[in-house]
Amino acid sequence: MSTAIETGKKPAESKLADKLSERGRNRPSAPIYLDYQATTPMDPRVLDAMMPYFIEKFGNPHSRNHAYGWEAEEAVEKARAQIAHIIGADEREIVFTSGATESNNLAIQGVAHFYKDRKNHIITAVTEHKCVLDTCRHLEQEGFKVTYLPVKENGLIDLDVLKAAITDKTVLLSVMAVNNEIGVIQPMKEIGEICRSRGVFFHTDCAQAVGKIPLDVDEMKIDLMSISGHKIYGPKGVGALYVRRKPRVRLQALIHGGGQERGMRSGTLATPLCVGLGEACAIAEREMGAEAERLRYLRDRLYKGITEKLTHVYLNGDLDQRIPGNLNLSFSCVEGESLMMAIKNLSVSSGSACTSASLEPSYVLRALGVEEELAHTSLRLGIGRFTTEQDIDYAIEEIVAHVQKLRDMSPLWDMVQEGIDLKTIKWAAH
Amino acid sequence: MAYSDKVIDHYENPRNVGALDKGAEDVGTGLVGAPACGDVMKLQIKVGSDGVIQDAKFKTFGCGSAIASSSLATEWVKGKTLDEAAKLKNTDIAQHLSLPPVKIHCSVLAEDAVKAAIEDYKAKLAKKQKAAD
Repeated sequence: MSTAIETGKKPAESKLADKLSERGRNRPSAPIYLDYQATTPMDPRVLDAMMPYFIEKFGNPHSRNHAYGWEAEEAVEKARAQIAHIIGADEREIVFTSGATESNNLAIQGVAHFYKDRKNHIITAVTEHKCVLDTCRHLEQEGFKVTYLPVKENGLIDLDVLKAAITDKTVLLSVMAVNNEIGVIQPMKEIGEICRSRGVFFHTDCAQAVGKIPLDVDEMKIDLMSISGHKIYGPKGVGALYVRRKPRVRLQALIHGGGQERGMRSGTLATPLCVGLGEACAIAEREMGAEAERLRYLRDRLYKGITEKLTHVYLNGDLDQRIPGNLNLSFSCVEGESLMMAIKNLSVSSGSACTSASLEPSYVLRALGVEEELAHTSLRLGIGRFTTEQDIDYAIEEIVAHVQKLRDMSPLWDMVQEGIDLKTIKWAAH
Repeated sequence: MAYSDKVIDHYENPRNVGALDKGAEDVGTGLVGAPACGDVMKLQIKVGSDGVIQDAKFKTFGCGSAIASSSLATEWVKGKTLDEAAKLKNTDIAQHLSLPPVKIHCSVLAEDAVKAAIEDYKAKLAKKQKAAD
């Protein structure tokens, strides 16, 4: 799989990060941020767009009778159009929410409840985000049937397994475009084709995908799409749900009230947040190509830099079908949490059990068939708009040095060096 | 997770990292935990003819508190007799390091490792005496 890794020429656009670094980058003494799948800093240009709507243009966008309301409404509608544009939708198909979690809840519960008299079966995948899985579990308690599709070793669902799972009672398929832990991209177009031909609504959690990969709701036959603000350099606390009009998808609302957002989501819109999400989409749409190229260069440099100096490092998830800003690596014989403690000048996350409250290693990695001992040794490295080449080179140095140090104190590493197969040892589980 | 200063100190400056000759008669080795659970400790003791632990070494695969617990355990058992060392309690380790509740099992593992090392040494000793008889 390593054939795709070639650290090519530095793309010309790499000045972008330096240019924006004055306001958008890390604080000088702060750790280097390599956790862009958890959240992103806001792009300063997004903040600039939002600022007027806090104090000066503070109107309620639903006020129909005065200029304050009109200017706020105009701003919100412009943002709605910007969001629609990046996914090839119509602005009337965009519903503002508080974030992707709410969007996922609204899409899945909304469809399930609206069509419950005719259909009661939902399909999703085991590697979905917790907010999709937990919503499905909740619906199971209400009596809905849910099928959780397995994934292949590379993290992608098997289309034949999907086809076989669909019944005449299936109302909805919910599959994320890009996985938050391993960054793999599902075959959206093929999935959309299958769903449309079988009369199943296709919902996709695109929190990690919008602005990272080209998306087109018509080409991919997507019926519902969840969008997040803070994963794309926009503000936290805002998201959107795309709801197809033709053929129409109907939802039962979760939040009732004044009937805003065509009755699908009541409540006064947060004008600055909507503006921020819109601006973040507009920037992402303009710069996606150049940014992807730059991030791929950095990502490949990081991967190559680490694997040239360390052996027994394993990539989790497909390399080619993957967004450029993500690496998920297992460092054999080094527990993830202790590695994170060691590389304290880097802010990353781990699939290790010790970093979770449940003491279970990452369910996403487990679903790929990654053995538990390797799941405990994983790090997710997320790079993004404000990551510089300097950051990457520093990260390589830190990671390599501390993995070596921790391996020197790992009894497992000794055994691996001695050629002992760890599986042949009878471990006392505890 | 915010660890206590003591955990961080033991993690950053671990005491007694290394290995003793596990084939040596006066060395007892304890290997506890499991890779699938995310922690494995190897703790070794070198015992003098007077039954006093002269040296202790460890290697640990695990989180920061697992490393700190084993580091502390090696520090504590050095200079103790086998009987004294066997009385080492996980609660003492947990208390000393102010481990958060989810990390208590790390201290349990350290206690197990000490006990396993003592047992290994005693088994070697018994075998040797049997051979001598």
